[in-house]
Amino acid sequence: MSGSLVKRRPSWRRRLAENLVSPEIRGKMARISAELGELGVDPFGLDPEAVKFAAVPVEWLYRHYFRVETHGIDNVPQNGRVLLIANHSGQLPFDGMMIGASMIMERDPPRVLRSMVEKWVPRLPFVSVTMARIGQIVGTPDNCRRLLSREEAILVFPEGTRGISKTFDKAYQLERFGTGFMRLALETGTPIVPVAVVGAEEQAPSLYNVKPLAKLFGAPAFPITPTFPLLGPAGLLPLPTRYRIYYGEPMRFQGDGDEEDEVIERQVEDVRAAVQKLIERGLGERKGIFS
Amino acid sequence: MPSGEGRVKKSVILVTGAAGRLGRLMVQTAHRSGEVIAVDRRPIVGLPKDVTHLRTDVRWRQIEDVFRKHKVQAVLHLGLIHNPRAEDDQYRFNVLGTQHLLELVAKHKVPKFVMLSSANIYGPHPDNSHFLTEDAPLLGAEAFPNIRDLVAVDRIVQSFFYRHPEVETVMLRPVHIVGPRVKNAPSNYLRLERPWVVMGFDPMIQLVHEEDVVQALVLAMKPGAKGVFNVVGPGEAPLSRILMLLGRRPTSMPDFVVRAALDRAFKLRMTSFPAPEIRHIQYNCVVDGSLARRVLGFEPQYGLVETIRSVLGHSE
Repeated sequence: MSGSLVKRRPSWRRRLAENLVSPEIRGKMARISAELGELGVDPFGLDPEAVKFAAVPVEWLYRHYFRVETHGIDNVPQNGRVLLIANHSGQLPFDGMMIGASMIMERDPPRVLRSMVEKWVPRLPFVSVTMARIGQIVGTPDNCRRLLSREEAILVFPEGTRGISKTFDKAYQLERFGTGFMRLALETGTPIVPVAVVGAEEQAPSLYNVKPLAKLFGAPAFPITPTFPLLGPAGLLPLPTRYRIYYGEPMRFQGDGDEEDEVIERQVEDVRAAVQKLIERGLGERKGIFS
Repeated sequence: MPSGEGRVKKSVILVTGAAGRLGRLMVQTAHRSGEVIAVDRRPIVGLPKDVTHLRTDVRWRQIEDVFRKHKVQAVLHLGLIHNPRAEDDQYRFNVLGTQHLLELVAKHKVPKFVMLSSANIYGPHPDNSHFLTEDAPLLGAEAFPNIRDLVAVDRIVQSFFYRHPEVETVMLRPVHIVGPRVKNAPSNYLRLERPWVVMGFDPMIQLVHEEDVVQALVLAMKPGAKGVFNVVGPGEAPLSRILMLLGRRPTSMPDFVVRAALDRAFKLRMTSFPAPEIRHIQYNCVVDGSLARRVLGFEPQYGLVETIRSVLGHSE
């Protein structure tokens, strides 16, 4: 319906891409609800067509590379605002990608998950466009508030770069959680679903974080892993560990978001404990890192 | 009996920048409902016969006589120079001109002051929230110092708003204004057959049709209206889709290449686009227009596709 106003040139790339989209994904993407403007994108720049194409490599990673096992996805409500709060690990954010994928692969109708990306992401060429088209937004409180008022599902990693960049000796130990998400949840009356990802820690075990190099490249971390920088850029590829994603029961908190830090921190601690508990469950249930 | 007593002063509306496109449109609109005095240093083409043209600089004393002779009902201040080259005394013209007008408005108890600022003063930044409200910081001049006068003018009017609550002050901050004969930077850019784009960037762009801006100004002139409002057209779209809709063939170059080339071309006067303006085709500066919709009742009449196509010249 919308989008037809723009006459795209039928390129060979597009035809190829169309053929790569699995019928299942194509059917599901036709059923997502998005408020599209006259030119086929939503006010934040999300393009369901782009999501469909991005789903091609992501589906492969989900099914065949990380062989993701998802538990309790029905804890995420089908409609209405919700905040998913997850642990963050693995040097590169494949965990966010797989959580987002699970909301499409394992649900029918699917839900497009938005995540709040770091403020430097929009500075990166190509990455900035890709992120915007698949619904990822700069993580400012205003953006989050606005999306929640539009009844969207938002993924937040309250550990931020502290979590994803941590070294392997701290695997599966949660870093300090930021408190911004809790204030927003209280202010907007949004339920919180705790999420744990098990398997991402081992995809790129960081032995040491060379901070001066990270600073030099403007990156959040410069990890030394068994494969990086030894194998060059190829060493950035994650190991094919098996992912397990656990969705906990929705949590609701009382308040208006303007409480003192102490009060908020206690509530954040409850969420952190819930995520930790899901991690423990996942670690207990798995038989091996790759199986 | 002192002279002048008993004489009824005529009610007038004063429009500055009346030689500009919006100025002429507003003079035509306003003169249907009352007497208009058009102010501009430049000659005005196609001025209605019964409209007086005062050819003066708003900074000069001459303009005060209008306030002495007439009962000025409203001042519509459209006379700001938006020239990327910031030639001559643009800074002084914009800042001192606005300041002078506001002094006269306060002194002669004019009940209404309406002016057109711009959403550009928020500035495109990578970490901008999507949908900046009227409270967002005015960071536009950080990367593009040539608009610092527009930021200063906006601030002067804001402080006037609070110091003179008896005057209904309305300031509109429209997004990029486009239209069949509009000659500003965004319209000119969209008219390029092979526009440059920055490789790997595709920001969301908001446009508003000039006639919708006229409508917003008319609403702002209504008694009771006051405040600062973003004026947003029929929605937002990625730059690439807009160019595609216009059938353009963009040339994509890395950030530093576009910047260096544009900088050179601008110095050689081969282009009127200053290099810092490429941030507009690189990062988002998307504003929230809901306040104007709610408070002024502003609703754009032109659709998104219509607004985009309007730069082609034939209005639909």
